[in-house]
Amino acid sequence: MTILELKDVSFTANSTGILNGLTMEIWEGYVHAVVGPNGAGKSTLANVIMGLPDYRRHEGDILFEGKSIKPLNVDERARLGITLAWQEPARFEGLKVSQFILASAREKNKDEVDRALELVGLEPVRYRNRAVDKTLSGGERKRIELASILAMKPRLVMLDEPDSGVDIEAIERIFEAIAHLKEEGTTVLLITHSARVLEKADHAFLLCSGMLVDKGETAKILEYFSGKCLPCPHKNVPDLNSGRKTGGENA
Amino acid sequence: MPEGPVEEILESINLHKSFNRDTPHVVINANRVLSSKVVEGLEIEPREMADGVRARLGVARGTKIKQPVHLCFGMLPERGIQRIILDVDIEDEAEVSFMAHCTFPNAVDIQHLMEAEIRVGRNARYSYFERHWHSDEGLVRVVPVARVSLAEGARFSTEFELLKGRVGIIDIDYHTVCLAGSSAEMKARVFGRQDDRIKIKESASLDGEASRAVLVTHIAVRDEAMAEINNEIIARAPYSRGHVDCKEIIQGRGVARAVPVVEVQHPKAHVTHEAAIGSVDSKQLQTLMARGLSEDEAVDLIIEGLLS
Repeated sequence: MTILELKDVSFTANSTGILNGLTMEIWEGYVHAVVGPNGAGKSTLANVIMGLPDYRRHEGDILFEGKSIKPLNVDERARLGITLAWQEPARFEGLKVSQFILASAREKNKDEVDRALELVGLEPVRYRNRAVDKTLSGGERKRIELASILAMKPRLVMLDEPDSGVDIEAIERIFEAIAHLKEEGTTVLLITHSARVLEKADHAFLLCSGMLVDKGETAKILEYFSGKCLPCPHKNVPDLNSGRKTGGENA
Repeated sequence: MPEGPVEEILESINLHKSFNRDTPHVVINANRVLSSKVVEGLEIEPREMADGVRARLGVARGTKIKQPVHLCFGMLPERGIQRIILDVDIEDEAEVSFMAHCTFPNAVDIQHLMEAEIRVGRNARYSYFERHWHSDEGLVRVVPVARVSLAEGARFSTEFELLKGRVGIIDIDYHTVCLAGSSAEMKARVFGRQDDRIKIKESASLDGEASRAVLVTHIAVRDEAMAEINNEIIARAPYSRGHVDCKEIIQGRGVARAVPVVEVQHPKAHVTHEAAIGSVDSKQLQTLMARGLSEDEAVDLIIEGLLS
């Protein structure tokens, strides 16, 4: 069953097409990945779906559970159950970890904060009273942001480059949290250019220059991405004659 | 209903159920000393004046007061002036912390003027936390002025907090002189609303070798409130270190101005500053809204964090 559907979505910034006629279906309960080289439009796609203020003016439509979310603000989309974890999480001076997680939590109690911290491998007693600020490492902030998402229990979460700036132990915890989200029935959309993250997905979309070049089982996309995209000399100029341009087709 | 002015003052600062009369304290209403308690080594000598109270606070050499000393400065009438003159002497090697509660629950037109001379002896420690409790309406004018001198190795910290109720007009002026190895930390956190006026001047003079000072001011102003922060550190001695940190969030038609002044008069001294003024950070806002908070809820939480 499709939870989110993009219909011919295009987004332009400074007269440059960043997303070009994207049509995609995100299936409920799956871990999807959007993969592509730097500048392919992956993060822009996540920002457009989230409805961030600078990304609202796009063409085409976005349907969540069959209804257009185009008129909705960020918080209205979030209250439907859509959320986003940024590549570089925000810092909040003075705001305690527990306050930050509770603000997102569906169930507003201390146990929920502790449970979420434990799920991302952070000891509650060491972290709940710390501030979400520069005293935390990038990896710690990334895990705390993920904890806030676990407490939120969203329907669809987009994780933008979940492995960026984190150490090996932290990335394993993040992978465990992704598995937990899936177990809980959350649909996950991983935004990545990492083969290691891509491997965690059930299904993948390949983007290049804002166009959907291919989609399908992860192994197939991974093989093409690793073999052709990573060494690709064209730098975001897709080879449209290769027969891999599939935007607009159903999965 | 409170049984008397002491209870009314304690109730206004939410201490009426938990306050232990055996803890060292002074409770003042306008120019009347309503209650006081000292412990060994702590001297409190209040003297009533026509428009306030003059008090000498002293901690004897080497005395370490474990419990915080509560100072409750209340003004229960709707109008009037309360002048508090403090002469504080923390002798060598002594330690004390004060919790000051300044409450004006019925204020219509109140002036609260404080003048303090504070001397912190060699290797002594002094901390002073001052929380203001103002009503949501009415005008309170708060003018605290403190002159602080720190002997060698002394540690001094002060924190001013005014987050609940209307600020009215506030004009803080604290100056600290630091001798060798001493440290001063001065913080202020204020939330201005409507047509509140906030003026803060904190300064430190690092006169002694390896002395330290940190001045932190976090302000939020909304509606038509205005804030002006003038913090200054002058480093005159080798290995002295200082940092000025000013953050202000403005909302609505609020106006904020920050003038951090850092002056270094010795090549082996080092002073830094940072100032950030503006609306709420868009990434912070979007992060919280992407978790389902409305814009207003997100802004309130961000401000709560900044002022915490």
